[in-house]
Order: sequence, then structure tokens, then C-alpha cells
Amino acid sequence: MKSVKKILALVLAVVMIATCFAACGSDANDDKTDAKEIVIGISGPLTGSTAQYGLAVQNAAELAAKEINEAGGINGTMLKIIAADDEADTGDKATSAYNFLKDQGMQIFLGTVTTGSGLAVVNQTAADGIFQLTPSASGDDIIKAGDNCFQICFTDSNQGSRSAQYIAENNIASKIAVIYDSSDAYSTGIYNTFKAECTNRGITLVAEQAFTKGNTDFSAQIQACKSAGAELVFLPIYYTEAALILKAAQAADFAPKFFGCDGLDGLLGVKGFDPALAEGVMLLTPFAADAQDEATQSFVTAYKAAYNNEIPNQFAADAYDGVKIIAKLIEQEGITADMSAKEIGDKLKVAICADGFEFTGLTGAGAPLTWDAEGAVSKDPAAVIIENGAYKAL
Amino acid sequence: MKNKTKTIKPYTKQSFITYGILIAAFAVTLILVETGSISFMLQSLLVPLCVYAILAVSLNLTVGILGELSLGQAGFMCIGAYTGALFSILMQEAIPESAIRFPLALLIGGVCAAIFGILIGIPVLRLRGDYLAMVTLAFGEIIKNICGALYLGKDSEGFHASLDSASDMGLAPDGKVLINGALGLNGTPKDSTFIIAFIALFITVIIAYNFVNSRTGRAVMSIRDNRIAAESIGLNITKYKLITFGLTAFLAGVAGVIYSHNFATLQAVKFDYNMSILILVFVVLGGIGSIRGSVIAAVVLTLIPELLRETIGQYRMLFYAVILIAMMLLTANTKFKSKLTAYMSKLKGLVVKEKKGEVK
Repeated sequence: MKSVKKILALVLAVVMIATCFAACGSDANDDKTDAKEIVIGISGPLTGSTAQYGLAVQNAAELAAKEINEAGGINGTMLKIIAADDEADTGDKATSAYNFLKDQGMQIFLGTVTTGSGLAVVNQTAADGIFQLTPSASGDDIIKAGDNCFQICFTDSNQGSRSAQYIAENNIASKIAVIYDSSDAYSTGIYNTFKAECTNRGITLVAEQAFTKGNTDFSAQIQACKSAGAELVFLPIYYTEAALILKAAQAADFAPKFFGCDGLDGLLGVKGFDPALAEGVMLLTPFAADAQDEATQSFVTAYKAAYNNEIPNQFAADAYDGVKIIAKLIEQEGITADMSAKEIGDKLKVAICADGFEFTGLTGAGAPLTWDAEGAVSKDPAAVIIENGAYKAL
Repeated sequence: MKNKTKTIKPYTKQSFITYGILIAAFAVTLILVETGSISFMLQSLLVPLCVYAILAVSLNLTVGILGELSLGQAGFMCIGAYTGALFSILMQEAIPESAIRFPLALLIGGVCAAIFGILIGIPVLRLRGDYLAMVTLAFGEIIKNICGALYLGKDSEGFHASLDSASDMGLAPDGKVLINGALGLNGTPKDSTFIIAFIALFITVIIAYNFVNSRTGRAVMSIRDNRIAAESIGLNITKYKLITFGLTAFLAGVAGVIYSHNFATLQAVKFDYNMSILILVFVVLGGIGSIRGSVIAAVVLTLIPELLRETIGQYRMLFYAVILIAMMLLTANTKFKSKLTAYMSKLKGLVVKEKKGEVK
């Protein structure tokens, strides 16, 4: 009998502990939103190796919301930005970040920042019917899961085929090599469409070199490209690795042309990297911080003033545009703060791809952005070349 | 009743306490979910919690019972996740009923992982200690990288595979890409529910307890304690090691299947060595050899960083690391441990005494 009681006591204790835990969680269920605030949630890597992307998105979104709120809000409705760290995870961390935002009363989802996390949550956002506008998750499959998800950045396949098209049409090179990250969805996505477009156009790739996440020595890949006689090396990768590749190329006395996509944006800001190595590198990017138009200049000035003189990258620009797009939609559709995420989603997902809705912001090179029903943005990547340590339009 | 309880062996009692804790926790959670008094975030964590607990319990068989350090748990999980998800995607039309399809997927994922576990175990288990850890770590990375580079498609002519790119497979226009390299699998049916995940965890715990207490389990433990003595009484060391390693791989594969069916997409990059080490941390912190401890550590350590989101935001990972270090130091400290056990037994005594008093 004694042991039965002991078991019973333990079970009861566990029940008590479990209830405590549950009580912690259930607080979050309460609607905390002020009736006058619309809550926009951001999910991105705020810690870890890609933290600068998530932080850039968070900073820029907060800046945009601040500007809107200081100007009196949208018909008196204020915007509130909340952010959750998904660590660029492709599984449970991403969904738990999204659900955390939901618990905090998120009504519009400005996320995710990375493609991998995006793929993990899109089915749930589709089921929830929340309006999702991703600043930088460029994977093609992100927008396919539901009719509620839209992109501000151009898709990976678009970038890959546009790069091949650009290289072919401008006769930049005929012997092309590729170095890509085979463990990364973004990099392989671009690589695959780039290769397909090259095959279509009769361009042969003389070398295709892969590496995986965390690699820091690229001399083997560079040697392979060099011995294949490549005139141009295509780099559909992020800038951290690109900086190392440029260094390895210099060490190997190999000076082809380099061509990259939006992931190379930020190359000039890598610490300890000699910007002279980046001279002549071409890349496709939607945003250059030193563009002379007024919108870009005022954004860059405001961003620098707010965040320790940091120069905003394209992630920041996309997020800034994202908040402004949401604000424009809110105004147009007469969204109020007391509407549920689903009600807002139902209205916005129709409005954003309706005829006549367009948005001119930082990232469209002056041209207005429009969206198709699937969720892709019409936006042409612009090619720039790095000259004298600055971007110059090609 | 009195006589019966007296004859219960301590080990059986321990296992029944664990079952009781599990069922109580399950019942409470289920009631909370049904009444809607639990946050979305915790709801989304229920299945991953069960998955991590299964992984920790299964790894404990190798680390705690067999006494060998394995760092390849994520690799077995990856095999289970990929094969299970692939099976479900292919069979979605042939077997529309998920109640039949999902158990089959679980079985296939588990068996595939077990086959790999045994195949790797044959050469690897001849190594000891650090060497085994290194080889299993390398194995996990190889699996992750192969899965991450694998392209698999299906058209009217059958399956096509490539390790280079989707276009190299030579798919007919009607073909469908099933595994898309680093982008992984897409469109896995969301068959995992908390109830299924919990049942799997419960069965895992039952298997683990019964395995440890079985003839095989005792043989395995004798190998751990003294290999030469075990060999001298005629135990087939390789056989018992392989059984344990295979069982660990099987359960890890099952956990992988549940994991993959909880998300619509699956990417191999998730199954890196960090995952293996995380699971090892659960096992070590929960107490090597303690099955109940593994479950509790997996649940608590998965919940901590998530619950800290609201309070300390960005610093949660720092805080988490500090908690880990503190717990490691404290649990390794014999003085603290003896004090804790003394305190616990005192507490237990109090509770039981009070109850006795009430009865009188």
C-alpha cells in the first residue's frame, strides 16, 4: 500500500508541475494588443551565423513603423513590430517562433527572413489564413503552399535564369564555372536554374564545384576552376564565403570575372576583407545603398542615424518596403486593429494582387512593384558592378 | 494487495512510476489542449518534445546500457525521416487512409535506420571509446551531406536519381521531383499528431525498460561493466552490441519519421552534428542509464529556450548555455548529489507520512 501511495504522490506532484507550466503558457493566449495597434510579426535569425539578416530586417521594419507612427499612423491606427528568433532553423524552432508571434497577437506576418525557415511554416500560415509577406525568403516553393504568401524579393529561379541571360546577352564570357553551396536551399536553387538556362542557351559550364556549410578553405574549388580555364566564375552564394573565395583566387593567381546574386550584397562590409579584391565583381541586387535617388538616400540616412552608422543592406531595404506595402494595403482596405489575423489576411491577399495595386519603394529601381496571384513580385534584378569600392549600375 | 506490492521488484516499480508520470503528463496536456488553455507555441512543441524524448531514450540504450559513445543519432534520424517521408509521399494516393499509411511509414523508417545502424555497427563496434564517437560523428555527417545532395524523381519510366542537379536526372516532362537536393522533400502529409507521437514515446519507454531488464539487456550491461569477464563466460560480444546499436537506430528512425511528418518540408541540413550533440546532452544531463531522466531532460531542455522567448528575448541562448553548465557542474558534484538525494527522500518521507496520517 505504501508504494501505491508513493506512486500516487508522485503522479500528483507531476500534475501540479504540469499545471504550473501550462499556466505560464496560457497567459500568452490573452489578447494583449491595444485596440489601436496592428501587430506585425517578424520571424528571422536574430542569433547565430545569419543573425545580421534577421537583425537588418527587424531594424528596418521598426524604422519604417516608427516613421509611420510618428506621422500619425494609418488613419490613427499605429503599427507595432514584434520579432521572434527562428535561428534560421528548418524545423521546430521555426514553427515555434511563428507560434510565439501568434501568441503575442500577431495580425500580419512579415517573414520569414530565410527560405529554410519559411518552408517549415508556410503550410501553417496557409492554414491560419494570415497575410504573409516575406522580405527575403526567395525560394520558389515559399509562395506555392497557399494563396496568402507573397514575396518582396525576386525568386531564386528568377535570379538564376536572369543571371545566365545577362551573361549570355552581354557576351561577358563563354567558359563559365560555378561554385555553390550544396547544403543550402538558396544556393542550389539558383544553381539549378542557372544551369538549366545555360543549357538552353548552349553555354557549357566548364566546372561545377560544390562546398557545404561551414567550409572555409576554397583553394581546391578555385584550382579546379582555374585548370578548367574558366573566364567567369558564377557565385550563387552568401557574401561570407564569397569573400573567402575571392581571397583564395588571389592567392592562386587566378583572375576571372566574378558574377553573383543578391547574396553577395554585403561583400564590401565583411570585416578584414580587402575591398580591392572585390573590384570588378558583378552582382544582381535589388538595392544599392549608394544609389542617388531621394528615397534611398533618406532611408540610408535615417537607418544610419538609428543604428550606429550601419549601412543598410538589401534585407533592410526589403523589410522597409514590406512595412510600407503593408501600411499602404491597410489604408486602402480600411483595416482596423480589432480585426483578426484571418479577416485581415482574407482582404489583403486579394488586394495585393488586384489590378491597380502597385508600390514604388526602395527595391524596384524606381519601377513600381506588382504581385501575381501566386505571390511572386514583378521586379527585375538590376546588375551592378563594384568599382572603386562602390556599386555602379551596369 | 499488500503482499503483491511487497513482491514488486524495485526495477519494475521504477518503470511503473515512469509510466505513471508519462500518462499523467499526457492526460494533463491533452485536457489543456482540448480546453484551449495552452499557447500556440507550446502546442507546436508537443510533437517535437516527444521526438526528442524518443531520441534521448534510444541513445541512452547505447550510451548508458552499452556504454559506448555514439554521436550519429542525427544520421539515423535523418534516414528515418527521409525514407518515411518518401514512403508517405509515394503512397499518398495508393493508401489515402493515414491511419494505415503512417504506421507503415514509421515501420519503414525505423527498419531502414536499423539496417544502416547494423551495417555501420559491424565494422564500427570493433572500435572503442573515442574512436567509436568519431566514426559515428563522421557517419552522421556523411548521411546528412548525401541526403542534402540527393535528387530523386519519378516519371512513367520509373525512378531517376542524381547527385548533381535536378536537371541531370533526365526526367520526362510528366515526371515529379521527389527529393530536391538541399531543398529536400516537399509535401509530406502532416500525419504526426501529439497522440501518435506520445504513443510512440510510451512504447519506446516500455521497450527500453524491458530491454534493460531482459536477458539480452543484462548481457549487454555485463559487457559494459567488464568486457573480458563477459567474453569469458561465452557471451557473443558483437551480437549483443549490434542488437543494442540496431535498436537505438530503429527508435531514432521512428523519431525521424514522426519529425518529418510534423512539417510539410524536410531539409537534411537540420540533421547536423549539433542535433546529435544536443541529444547526447539530454542523455548526460538526464543521467546516463536513466530512462526517466532522459525523457525529463529532453522535455525540460527543449522547453527552456522556448519559454525564455517572452522574458529575456535575444539573451535566451546565453541563459540556456549558463543553465546547461550549471546543471552539468551540479549533477557531477557528489556532495550536491548526496544532499539532493537526502532532501528528496526527506520530502518523500514527509509526503508519505502526511498521507498515512490522513488515512488514520
